[in-house]
Amino acid sequence: MTPPPFERFYEEHREEIYAFLVRRLGRDRADDAFQETFLRALRAYPKLRHSEHLRAWAYTIASRIAIDEHRRPRADAELPELASLDGRPAFAELEHLAGELPPTERAAVVLRYGYDLDYADIGAALGSNATAARQAASAGIRRLRRKEAQ
Amino acid sequence: MSPVSTELDRRFRDAAAREQLLDVAYDLVDTPIGTLLVAGTERGLCRIAYDAEPEREIDRLAHAFGVRVLRSPRPIDPARRQLDEYFEGERQRFDLAVDIALLTDFNRRVLRELARVPYGEVVTYGELAARAARPRAARAVGTVMNRNPLPIVLPCHRVIGANGKLVGYGGGLERKETLLRLEGARL
Repeated sequence: MTPPPFERFYEEHREEIYAFLVRRLGRDRADDAFQETFLRALRAYPKLRHSEHLRAWAYTIASRIAIDEHRRPRADAELPELASLDGRPAFAELEHLAGELPPTERAAVVLRYGYDLDYADIGAALGSNATAARQAASAGIRRLRRKEAQ
Repeated sequence: MSPVSTELDRRFRDAAAREQLLDVAYDLVDTPIGTLLVAGTERGLCRIAYDAEPEREIDRLAHAFGVRVLRSPRPIDPARRQLDEYFEGERQRFDLAVDIALLTDFNRRVLRELARVPYGEVVTYGELAARAARPRAARAVGTVMNRNPLPIVLPCHRVIGANGKLVGYGGGLERKETLLRLEGARL
C-alpha cells in the first residue's frame, strides 16, 4: 500500500515527534529540529513504497536530526542530559549490520544502539511498549550474534 | 507534554511550500456559500471543492497529483483574496493560473470556452458545446460542468438549460442561484 497523503502522516505523528525532540534537545532547539524532521520526511516521502513502519521511520529521522543537533556546538543553549554515544557502534554501521533482521527487531536494535533512544521511545515508535521494544532489541542482538558466530 | 504551537505548525507548512516540496497545497476558505477546500499545484489551482470533506478530498488529490498533499495556507492566499473580492462584488474576473492538465482534451476545450463566459451572463449547455466546436454535445458538456474541478473560478454556474432553467449544479442549485444573483444575472 502506498503511504497516506502527507497531511495525514504529519497530523498523526507531529505531536509525539515534537515531544520526543523536546526530551532530546530541550525546547529551544526542538522547534528547528521539528521543522527539519518533517521537511526531510517530505523530501523522502515520494520514494516510500509502502506505508508500514511510518512511525518508526519518523522517529529515525528525528533521532538522526537530534544527533546532528547535539554535535553542533551552541554556546547559548543549555544542553539537556545526553546519554553517552561513545563505545557503541556508529548508527550508520549498525543500520548496515542490522539490515537483514526482521523489520521490528531491526528498528528496535537501530533505535536503541544506534540512536540511543530509551525503550519507552522505541516502544512508542514501534506502536508497542517499552517491554516489547526491549524484547525486540534483545532478540535482534541474539540473532546478530548467531549470524556472526556462523 | 508541550504541544506543537500554532506558530511552529504554520512555520513548517510555509517552509514546505516555499521549498517546493509539495505536490498539492490546500486550505479551507470561508465564503458566504460555505467553506471551500481550495487546492493548487506548482502549476496552478487544481481543485475547489464544496462541502469540503477534507479526508476524502485529500485522498483524491493524492491519487491524482501525488502523495505530498499538505494543508498550507500561503500558496492559497491569492485565490482566497480573489474569492473574497468576488463575493464582495468587487471582482468580475479571476486572475489565477489553473492546472487542468490531467483532464481530457475535450474537457479542457470546454472549460477554456467556459472561462470566456462573462460575469453576470449565462449560456446554455448547447451554446457552450457549439463554442467548443461540438454543437451536438450538450449532454457531454453537462457532464463536464458537473465534474468541473474549479467551480466559481471556472464559472459553470453560468451555464443553464435551453428552457432557461438552472438544471443542475455540483454544489447544489441553491448555490448556483446565489452566484448568479450575486453577479446580477437576469434569470
